[in-house]
Amino acid sequence: MSFVETDFRANYVALVARKRLYGGIMLAIFALLMISGFTLADSRNAGGFWDGILNVFDFPAAVWEDTAPKLDQLPGHLVTYFPSLVETLNIAAVATLVGTIFGTLLSLLSTRGIARWPRLTGLFRRVMDIMRAVPEIVVALVLIFVLGGGPVPAMIAIAFHTSGALGKLFSEVNENADLKPVEGLASVGARWGQRMWLGIIPQVSPNYFSYALLRFEINIRASAILGFVGAGGLGYELKNAMSWGQGKYDEAAAIFILLFLTIVFFDQISSHIRNRLTGEGAH
Amino acid sequence: MPTDVISAGDLRARIDTRFARKKALAIGLPVVVAAYLAYVFFAFDIPGLADRARMDNARTLTSDMVSYKTHVTRDNRDGTTEVSIEGERKGEYPPGVTPDWVDMQGETTVIDLGGGQIVTFLPDTRLSVELPDFGTIEAGMEGRDVVTNLEEPVPDWISLSRTRLAITTDEGRVSFTRNRTEVFNYFPGWELFWFTFESPYKDHGVGEIVFGPRIDPERSNFAGAWHDFWHNTMWSHSHVAWALFETILMAFLGTFGAAVISLPLAFLAAKNFTPLGPLRFALRRMFDLFRGIDGLIWTIILARAFGPGPMTGALAILLTDTGSFGKMFSEALENVDGKQIEGVASTGAATAHRYRFGVIPQITPVLLSQVLYFFESNTRSATIIGAITGGGIGLLLTQAMITQKDWEEVTYYIILVVLMVMAMDSLSGWLRRKLIKGE
Repeated sequence: MSFVETDFRANYVALVARKRLYGGIMLAIFALLMISGFTLADSRNAGGFWDGILNVFDFPAAVWEDTAPKLDQLPGHLVTYFPSLVETLNIAAVATLVGTIFGTLLSLLSTRGIARWPRLTGLFRRVMDIMRAVPEIVVALVLIFVLGGGPVPAMIAIAFHTSGALGKLFSEVNENADLKPVEGLASVGARWGQRMWLGIIPQVSPNYFSYALLRFEINIRASAILGFVGAGGLGYELKNAMSWGQGKYDEAAAIFILLFLTIVFFDQISSHIRNRLTGEGAH
Repeated sequence: MPTDVISAGDLRARIDTRFARKKALAIGLPVVVAAYLAYVFFAFDIPGLADRARMDNARTLTSDMVSYKTHVTRDNRDGTTEVSIEGERKGEYPPGVTPDWVDMQGETTVIDLGGGQIVTFLPDTRLSVELPDFGTIEAGMEGRDVVTNLEEPVPDWISLSRTRLAITTDEGRVSFTRNRTEVFNYFPGWELFWFTFESPYKDHGVGEIVFGPRIDPERSNFAGAWHDFWHNTMWSHSHVAWALFETILMAFLGTFGAAVISLPLAFLAAKNFTPLGPLRFALRRMFDLFRGIDGLIWTIILARAFGPGPMTGALAILLTDTGSFGKMFSEALENVDGKQIEGVASTGAATAHRYRFGVIPQITPVLLSQVLYFFESNTRSATIIGAITGGGIGLLLTQAMITQKDWEEVTYYIILVVLMVMAMDSLSGWLRRKLIKGE
């Protein structure tokens, strides 16, 4: 008996030692990668890290210097840039809406068991992968070249990416859907669209909604960034305000404030709603 | 035993109201969405889009993506003629070598555009263009003016002014001014993608390079071909590879740096680990602040301090994600099962051991999968941030787009970016399965 016990113990100790060794090696590799990556990035950067870290507050200080004497004008600037903010939000909202519609279609077509054409699920999956992989800026820049600057290229670019991203999440939700309602509907002769609309969508809509809301939050940020490369909205105004340079940063400050408040506002609201949705035990 | 008995009428009424509500929602929601879309239709000025859209740009873009043009240019001041791919010095044909559709004989150059269209550069800055279904156009200089045998009105594919004659046919383009005569001939494909004209390996197939006799006596075929491909001046593959690597580096440093920084902070912000309310509150607001200052704003602030480059992008990602991770990690920590910690504590373990064996094993899978998800999506963000700060493939992409002519390069970069993101996607998925499920 005791022989087996020591054997067992030795085995266990050896196992733990090996696990620790592996863990240690992984950690060492990770640390090495981080350090060498950091050094490399530092050497490829125009300004070094240790010089730059001292100047991090230069720009905020410059912005504050320009803003402080003109604090009374700040509310005026906030009002001036409010329409651009609305445009940024509209881009995000429409893109999320369109992305949700296409994402729903793609997800239904790519989920096994409920797909319209079961043989093509793989194809639709690949389509979603590609749509998801295309960064918004690529589509936006190409469309800006063709359609000119403005909100439409940004909207299409974000919607394109959103369709793929939501499609993947939605199809994961679909996989957990109960197929009995679909069978029931099929037995009374419902077409595919009816089976989906009446059998699947009511089951999955709370989760869809929660994901779409999260996506809306992400898309607000994306739409602000795309504005910076010429696609309208708050980002575009920010680029202009920045290009006027030192002495005129008070307008940039107003845009920073608007953007920050918007992001925090929607962040809080959407997490509140999502918590309530999941809190109610939707699934 | 039911405590309240519902009469049939009551039940019917209740169900009726529910149905009515559902019906109202089923009609109301699409109506609201439609109204919103109608508002946006005008807010985005979609009706005016058709006027603003540049269909000629779209045509240039789609044709340039899959084709290249070869320029035949005569400098009319000194009479020299050059042939080059895309009109770039790097793509120039070596002296004495011409494509077979160009025939240079002294001062005369005969260019066969295909379809029977023949352009001839004649001595004394003269030009003749033979078009089978139009006739022969002759042009020359008289003093400072362009003179031709064309009669007004000219067709719309010819543009003629005192200083310039331009002819666009379905085979190519001809332009003639006092200083230069230029012919563009279009071909499908991406020319010089593998080797430029300087390389001895150009026009040799893969089989020849790998198995054939040594082409360049100085070096082995494989090493030489790789060197010439990698340092191809037209496509600069080595630069592109570097840029891709830089983008991934930004995402890697940003994501994992943020994870390393926010893990200890998350402990301090979690209710069950930090009894100090004010500290928790301060940290949570700090996470909100870092998250709320969008990546765009961080990028602008940091670019001022650190200058353009991958470090700036990495730090921008790091700061934004520190906020997100701090919030997510502290929420995960608040949801840990207290029983395991108690179990470890009952063995007399010190605080550090309680965390190490009671907490870390519980949260590692959750945190790791979140970090890997972010890593994947940050590869995309790094492309965008790179376009703004100037680093990585994002910079190359915007630069190629701004010139508005290198669309084949833009296509090449787009394909690479998509492949890169998909590769990172599968890598992070594979790591998630490997590390978390232990498959």
